[in-house]
Amino acid sequence: MEYLSIFFQYAGQYLKTRLTYRADMVVEIFSDFLFQAVNLVFILVVFGHTTLLAGWSKDEMIFIYGFFLVPFAIFSSFFNIWDFTDRYIVKGEMDRILTRPVHSLFQIVLERMELESLFGAVTGLIVMFYAGGKLGLEISWYDPFIFLLLVLGGALVYAGIFISLATIGFWSDSRTDIMPMMYNIGNYGRYPVDIYNKIIKYVLTWILPFAFVGVYPASYFLEREEWYTYAFLTPVVGLVFFMIAVTLWNVGVTKYRGAGN
Amino acid sequence: MGKYIEMIRIRFLMMLAYRTNYYSGILIYSINIGAYYFLWSAIYGGKENIQGLSITQMTTYIAVAWMARAFYFNNIDREIAMEIKEGKVAIEMVRPYPYLNMKMMQGLGEGIFRLLFFSVPGMVIVALVFPVELSANAGTWIYFFISIGFSFIINTQINLLAGIATFFLFNNDGLIRAKRVVIDLFSGLILPLSFYPMWAQNIMSYLPFQGISYIPSMIFTEGFKGSQVFEALINQAVWSAILVIPVYVLWILAKRQLVVQGG
Repeated sequence: MEYLSIFFQYAGQYLKTRLTYRADMVVEIFSDFLFQAVNLVFILVVFGHTTLLAGWSKDEMIFIYGFFLVPFAIFSSFFNIWDFTDRYIVKGEMDRILTRPVHSLFQIVLERMELESLFGAVTGLIVMFYAGGKLGLEISWYDPFIFLLLVLGGALVYAGIFISLATIGFWSDSRTDIMPMMYNIGNYGRYPVDIYNKIIKYVLTWILPFAFVGVYPASYFLEREEWYTYAFLTPVVGLVFFMIAVTLWNVGVTKYRGAGN
Repeated sequence: MGKYIEMIRIRFLMMLAYRTNYYSGILIYSINIGAYYFLWSAIYGGKENIQGLSITQMTTYIAVAWMARAFYFNNIDREIAMEIKEGKVAIEMVRPYPYLNMKMMQGLGEGIFRLLFFSVPGMVIVALVFPVELSANAGTWIYFFISIGFSFIINTQINLLAGIATFFLFNNDGLIRAKRVVIDLFSGLILPLSFYPMWAQNIMSYLPFQGISYIPSMIFTEGFKGSQVFEALINQAVWSAILVIPVYVLWILAKRQLVVQGG
């Protein structure tokens, strides 16, 4: 309960700061749209030169991309911690966080949230409905619930991976360029993983399970029954990776020695 | 001149202190290139070539595009924005060297470091694992290095513009992000520009972005031949010169506009 009220207080403050820099907020929302468009352009341009990608059609690829945008939007709204080491460890901001009686990770999530990223979910839904319509997909009454479950699972996968990476900062306080690159790797989970060789497929499924944010859960809605097992594993994988991340975080915090100031 | 070399040196040494990042970086770049390789293999799906590029040339294109990126890419836009927001820029501006030149030199120090410790070993690893074709022609290598020099200049000038915009917007994370996305798309990093439909190619040919990634990668893969190479290099040189003007004008306006927000 207390955490919930803290959340809303932070969200209120957040809106105030956002409205102070209004021009930037508009540009930021616009840049998010642009970012989503870039990947769509990639799919469209590529399918200008080929019709099927490992047995998946253009509209199916677009649908997977639309699905991916939804968990990704949730992730980027709340787990914007790619510069954690720079911001909190190198500059010693972590000292401030640790003196407060709320879980440190929760506080950082609150401080760094970017609620406007949620617009990405809207784009994702539009893209999904567009592609789904062209594919003639049918929606059952329980599909929205499954959708929510799979989206949450996907967002937790992303959060788990990025929080785990952020915890590296507790052991090594040097700057790291891993995070931005990881965003790129995250993109590969959107493509049908059977196009990759076994090692990469394995990595994208079990080590950096980005495939659970894109192609696996989306294949449920595309009625690709051969992937159903993976599709329904999504929430499980999400929870497991998120729990690993929180554990790593809790251990990491005990290793933290103020670096800055 | 001496002071600039000193700045490059200092930034280079700073990067050396953080070098552990780059070992992991090489690995991640390799994974990245690997994933693209398989993606493109699936896209080619047995076709001999698409838009005049064979699958080997395509793999090489992607590998070179990412390795060149390590050299020209820098975060000076974010650094400038940070210094403006924290008010440090006032101190930087009274120092006895031009602020923007100093930033550019710092970027160059970073680029040289990444080229030596990151791109070169990374390229060796990638060439061992994937069917990448390294040209045996010395001329190609020379043109390529001239070309990535221009890539650095063009990209850095655009970064300077995005950074200076902080003076007017006060907070420009959004602009910096938008800039990055536009560069990824229009520079030919993720997709050679020749793959785009003609109308899009026409628009892009009037923009400076192709000079950042497409031109050096095409030179390296020998997708450009003969006079095309020179035309491409001249295109880059012209943009390097033209972009000086907006940087200069914006900087003069920015100095008048300076509001130190803190510090």
